Amino acid sequence: MSQEGPTVLEGPTALEGPTALERFINGVLPENPVYRQLLGMCPVLAVTNGMKPAMTMAAATAFVLICANIMISVMRGLLKPHLRILVFTLTIATFVTIADRFLAAYVYEMSKQLGPYVPLIIVNCLIISRCEICASKQSITVALADAVGMSLGFALALASIATVREILGSGSWFGLAVLPGSWPGWGIMVLPPGAFLTLGLLLGMAEWASRRRAAKLRGSG
Amino acid sequence: METVTSLILIFIGAALINNFVLHYFVGICPFLGVSRRVDTAFGMGCAVTFVISIAALLNWTFTYFILRPGAVVPAWVWQTAGGDPATQVDLSVLSYIIYIFVIASSVQFVEMYVRKFFPPLYRSFGVFLPLITTNCAILFACLEIMKHLQDPTKLWGLHEALALALGGGVGFTLAISLMAGIREELDLCDVPGPLKGAGIALIVAGILAMAFMGFMGVDKGVAGALGSLLR
Repeated sequence: MSQEGPTVLEGPTALEGPTALERFINGVLPENPVYRQLLGMCPVLAVTNGMKPAMTMAAATAFVLICANIMISVMRGLLKPHLRILVFTLTIATFVTIADRFLAAYVYEMSKQLGPYVPLIIVNCLIISRCEICASKQSITVALADAVGMSLGFALALASIATVREILGSGSWFGLAVLPGSWPGWGIMVLPPGAFLTLGLLLGMAEWASRRRAAKLRGSG
Repeated sequence: METVTSLILIFIGAALINNFVLHYFVGICPFLGVSRRVDTAFGMGCAVTFVISIAALLNWTFTYFILRPGAVVPAWVWQTAGGDPATQVDLSVLSYIIYIFVIASSVQFVEMYVRKFFPPLYRSFGVFLPLITTNCAILFACLEIMKHLQDPTKLWGLHEALALALGGGVGFTLAISLMAGIREELDLCDVPGPLKGAGIALIVAGILAMAFMGFMGVDKGVAGALGSLLR
């Protein structure tokens, strides 16, 4: 889900993009992939009914994003503009296959639970958009920092949603009970509608907080 | 007659009970991005249904003959090359790469076709037409079909694969059109500032998902009705 869509490769000016540190910091909060850019929504909604699947998904996405970003950055000189999206997806698909086989070999139960959402990382727009915006234009160090920052931001977003859903839905966090046993467990929170409602409300809250901060800054300045 | 019943059940299951968007969360991107007007949303739904059917057709063929464990073509190649006939050839590790390649190329063809023969539709889609490639719904349908081609005792035929793909496409069209209708009305409402845009859209989707949960169990009733009708 890319609101901006594939941007056309820019000329040599694009080479002087943000530095590695800026890319890293941007990824975590100011340009958070979920709350700011609304990217990669399928896993955000689908696997956040508990912390464990959410964190496994975040780790798998981080692995694919980091590897794909490095790979694309290495071969950015060879990319042809009209074929680049195809090259991106094929690179990503290769790493997703590796991640999928790895999960199936070492954490079989989790791999079963995540089901089709691991292969669906291939079409996670977050990764394609990072390849397009950063890795295909900048050096390996910057691409690596960008990937790590974005993965952290993505993991944070997944964790925030999964925390709300797991605590309200089953009274536990990471499988450990945090609410008293008398907690009824809001079944709706672990079912699909709960995902939409939680994300909608959290998005609203994030927007409200950033507006308040902007208003404060304006007031004091 | 049992085939017809099972096909209808697969179709209803994919379109209503386990709606791709509202139950499996695939295709959320266009669901939020292209759902501002009903006509564009409906066009998008039709394009996705079309691409999903083509991709399912091609990918069923590839999976059935090449990629599934014990498929015909690699086994023949293996034995012609002098391999041991007792060994089962399994190329399913390649399936993700093949699927995404097939989907990307069929989207490219659809884009060229629409640009040539329906220019107004092409302009109204804008960037979202090439983005169908990254629409999870299509890859998801292919993965579901792949799941039913793993067990050699109950393989899905092409008709079942197409029923699933069409059902998924129709369900996507239904969900995105409903959403666009609601969002057209939302333009006239006084939505709290921070929720404007994606926030309220997601909450509306949550309520829609609750409504679609009401379809759970419909398949049993439909199966019973069809059983008595066809007997």
